[in-house]
Amino acid sequence: MYSQEKCLGCEACVGACEQNACILTSDGIVTNQDLCILCGKCAEACPTKATEMSGEQLPISDIMTIISSEKSLMDDSGGGVTFSGGEPLMHPDLLIPLLDECGSLGIHRCVDTTGLASTELLVQVASKTELFLFDLKLMDSERHLRYTGVNNKTILNNLRLLADLDVDIIIRVPLIEDVNDDDQNIQATAEFIAALPGKTRGVNLLPFHHAAAKKHEKLGHHYDAALLGEPDQKRQLEIVDLFMNFGVSASIGG
Amino acid sequence: MVKLKSIKELNGHLESNQSPERPASAEGNFYHDRDIDAIGPGMNPRIQRLRKLSFEAEPSLSIERALHQTAFYKAHFGKHSTPVFRALTFLDHCKKKTLYLGDDELIVGERGPFPKAVPTFPELTCHSVEDFHVLNTRDQQRYTINQDDIDTYEKEVIPYWKGRTQRERIFNHVPDTWRQAYEAGLFTEFMEQRAPGHTALDGKIYKKGMLDFKCDIQSQIDSLDFLNDPEATDKLEQLKAMDISCDAVILFANRHADLAEENASKETKPQRKAELLKIAWVCRRVPAHAPQTFWEALQMYWFVHLGTITELNGWDAMNPGHFDQHLAPFYEKEVAEGSLTREDAKELLCCSWIKVNNQTAPPKVGITAKESGTYNDFTNINIGGLTQDGNDGVSDVSYIMLEVIEDLHLLQPGTSVHISSKTPDNFLHSATKVIRQGHGYPSVFNPETYIQEMVDMGKTLRDAREGGCSGCIEVGAFGKEAFLLTGYLNVPKILEITLNNGQDPLTGKTVGIQTGNPESFSSYETLYSAFIEQLNYIVDQKIRVSNYIDTMFAKYAPAPFLSVLIDDCILKGRDYYNAGPRYNTNYIQCTGLATVTDSLSTIKTHVFEKQSLSMQDLLGAVSKNFRGEEKLRQTIVNWTPFFGNDDDRADGIAVQVYGDLLQAIDGKPNTKGDVFHLNMLSTTCHIYFGKVLGATPNGRLAGKSISDGTSPSHGCDINGPSAVISSLTKLDHTRSGGTLLNQRFLPSLLKRDADIKKLGSLIRNYFKRGGHHIQFNVVDTATLRAAQKNPEDYKDLLVRMAGYSDYFNDMNADLQQEVIDRTENESF
Repeated sequence: MYSQEKCLGCEACVGACEQNACILTSDGIVTNQDLCILCGKCAEACPTKATEMSGEQLPISDIMTIISSEKSLMDDSGGGVTFSGGEPLMHPDLLIPLLDECGSLGIHRCVDTTGLASTELLVQVASKTELFLFDLKLMDSERHLRYTGVNNKTILNNLRLLADLDVDIIIRVPLIEDVNDDDQNIQATAEFIAALPGKTRGVNLLPFHHAAAKKHEKLGHHYDAALLGEPDQKRQLEIVDLFMNFGVSASIGG
Repeated sequence: MVKLKSIKELNGHLESNQSPERPASAEGNFYHDRDIDAIGPGMNPRIQRLRKLSFEAEPSLSIERALHQTAFYKAHFGKHSTPVFRALTFLDHCKKKTLYLGDDELIVGERGPFPKAVPTFPELTCHSVEDFHVLNTRDQQRYTINQDDIDTYEKEVIPYWKGRTQRERIFNHVPDTWRQAYEAGLFTEFMEQRAPGHTALDGKIYKKGMLDFKCDIQSQIDSLDFLNDPEATDKLEQLKAMDISCDAVILFANRHADLAEENASKETKPQRKAELLKIAWVCRRVPAHAPQTFWEALQMYWFVHLGTITELNGWDAMNPGHFDQHLAPFYEKEVAEGSLTREDAKELLCCSWIKVNNQTAPPKVGITAKESGTYNDFTNINIGGLTQDGNDGVSDVSYIMLEVIEDLHLLQPGTSVHISSKTPDNFLHSATKVIRQGHGYPSVFNPETYIQEMVDMGKTLRDAREGGCSGCIEVGAFGKEAFLLTGYLNVPKILEITLNNGQDPLTGKTVGIQTGNPESFSSYETLYSAFIEQLNYIVDQKIRVSNYIDTMFAKYAPAPFLSVLIDDCILKGRDYYNAGPRYNTNYIQCTGLATVTDSLSTIKTHVFEKQSLSMQDLLGAVSKNFRGEEKLRQTIVNWTPFFGNDDDRADGIAVQVYGDLLQAIDGKPNTKGDVFHLNMLSTTCHIYFGKVLGATPNGRLAGKSISDGTSPSHGCDINGPSAVISSLTKLDHTRSGGTLLNQRFLPSLLKRDADIKKLGSLIRNYFKRGGHHIQFNVVDTATLRAAQKNPEDYKDLLVRMAGYSDYFNDMNADLQQEVIDRTENESF
């Protein structure tokens, strides 16, 4: 990842790159992705951390050391660990042992998921998790396919199945203007949630924001959500009411 | 090594390089003058009017006290023993002082002739004509004074005090080595302009009146043994002085009673007439007798407060201690009887609060104007905590006080909540809601830790439990201790002179000792030893003069009235400033722990471990304030372990430095049979210390503030608040007389009730792990704009987004603007 405003133009990265992938241009450092082997030497050489590696590969023991250092505060605040992503269910080899270790330390575990995963894995993870944050973006399968690239069949099935298990679920609905904030979608969402087996589920409504824009910029990716926005305050409150009509309690933020 | 040619050159550079003035809150100073005239919801019209008057009154100087003092000294100096003479000057002023009884007031009495009119104390330090002109015209912390008064002062006051002030006595004595270190800004001296003071009260004035104290004094006089006790005569003089000072405050109160009766006789409104008669009745009762009602208890405290801050200008001002615990019995009794309602009690408390706000700090002269530019006289009201018996001290009065803070939000008094493991969650929750308002008050203290601190210093458990915080973060046994702050130590400056072999690079003067050319140091340990050698040298310089000053106060400026109030001054027949109190602690406040830690960490990491940088190159870059060395500076800032991130590489250095500060200070004898202790307070001094410090190896530019208290350097804690807590709790807080942690939050992080609860959990967790104090600055949009301009100083700013939190620095300009707009709308 690269932030031009932090860059001094010192070319330390250019000197450090053994692949000759980094070049200083009038737009700052440009990395030739065809040559880059993601070795991270440019990031190590950068004095200002204008170039950074996104994410870090750590062994499970190191991750557990970091988690354990927060244990005392977790105990006092009723907090715990949230595994999110990306999609944590795409990394079961890491996720499952981490859930086990946290479980053995008595740490509250939460998994933040899109719900798009094999049912078998989800059931396995559910047995090691206290709370799911489960995204529900669009009820109409075709619209879901259009905006996310997949249909929502597996997601809805998984949620229904999960609701039957002994695990807490908070359903999270992003609110994106003109994408999923119409009455039809909100009502269908509320109806679906109200019909879920087991106890009543709370819903967090997450108004859309552009916090990711900077990261896209740093990664040199085009940010294609720039035109999206959150529904206005009035509409947000109407949506809360729509959920209420189905006996589903929804709150803004979360 | 490249040396700066002059301070001027450095200043010239500073002007071009310095960031725009940050608001005081961003500097970690919650004692800033607030510019708020919004009115809280809970105030009745009387309180609204009184608050407005207090808020809008312009601080001014009153020369009345100085005129009384000077005339009395001219006429009577030499006729009496010093303590008796001082008591008589106090009595004389109480007889003649112009009284003030404002419309609407229920609690009465002012130090000056009207609200925010501040007297001067020429016997300690005499303002010059030029000082007055500066005070009268400066932009910030202005004190008005008219030309007639300046002329009178020049004619009547200034000539008499020339060569006779306490300040001159001190500065005529100090050795050159001390003066050089002082002028270089290696330390400050608290007592060169103000009396040491630093007093908080226990509950005795709610059980005894001045007439009772006079009986105690008399029986002590009766028991003096003139045959066997060589100090009997001194004790007699001291006790006589205390007796006179009791008369003085009774007389002062009776004059108020007379005035109230006189005003009542002219008053046409029946309600106000009744109030004035009630005021007169209360002023005849207290402070002569022990108070019997809530109202009397508040007026009792107020006369005692005024007496102590009129007798001398103690630094900090008087402090009521555990005010809620003292007032609760009166409140509960009267509410049960039906003679007082909750609303009445709150109104009276508001009146008392406003009284404190009316007492603006006396202005200083000379160099220290830079050190502490504030109207605040640092009265701090302790709320909650533990009782002397170790039970929870929270009562209804505690909750009412929280409401008063929220409604009035005035500069003074300062407030602190004391959260023990026995404190109910409900109280913590109510307190954090007030914190969320963003005024910086109340700060939060951990009684369990400070009780251990005090017991470790030799106090009994019960005395320690009755103690708490006075002023900022320093703790003492209320009503039984003189816990004197003697001045701040500029710890990063000590490292600076170490790196310059004892010279101050800003002036080229030798201010320390020669500990070797750092370029010749073969290891980090050698450098560190040199630093400790300089530290010990400077601390000894400081203590030597502190001890001299203590003796000067004992000899020339005893405080007989204050001595009446503090155990065991009457019993010992000794003054508050002469080892009269049961405990007599001197503190040296060390500032800039994180700046030093981060600087040492830089040298250790890059020069000695990675060997990627030579000492010569580093010091060369430092001495030219990193001009042309931005790449090097960025490498340091971004690639060095810094304090506050739960990183043992840096935290280990902090622990070591803290240990060596203890080693240098803790247990050194003072003149009163007690010892010096370490304190980690900075108040606003980290700003002044930064101004007299060149660039530091941690990448901090010349002139910028150093770190405050035990907080991480600004913007250097980038792993969230829990990592800060982990780093801070590696220090053994119980071994110092106070540590200070500032944390800043954006309003969005504290929006919901659940967020407030999390803040409570953070406090509980910090305290469970041994933290002494924490305070929160809920940042405003000005801070966010500053963060946009100087992202490096604000790497720690977290913003709550829907669903998660992110660092402000990691957002793009549009989103940052959105956060600023939202913050503006969200202000509580």
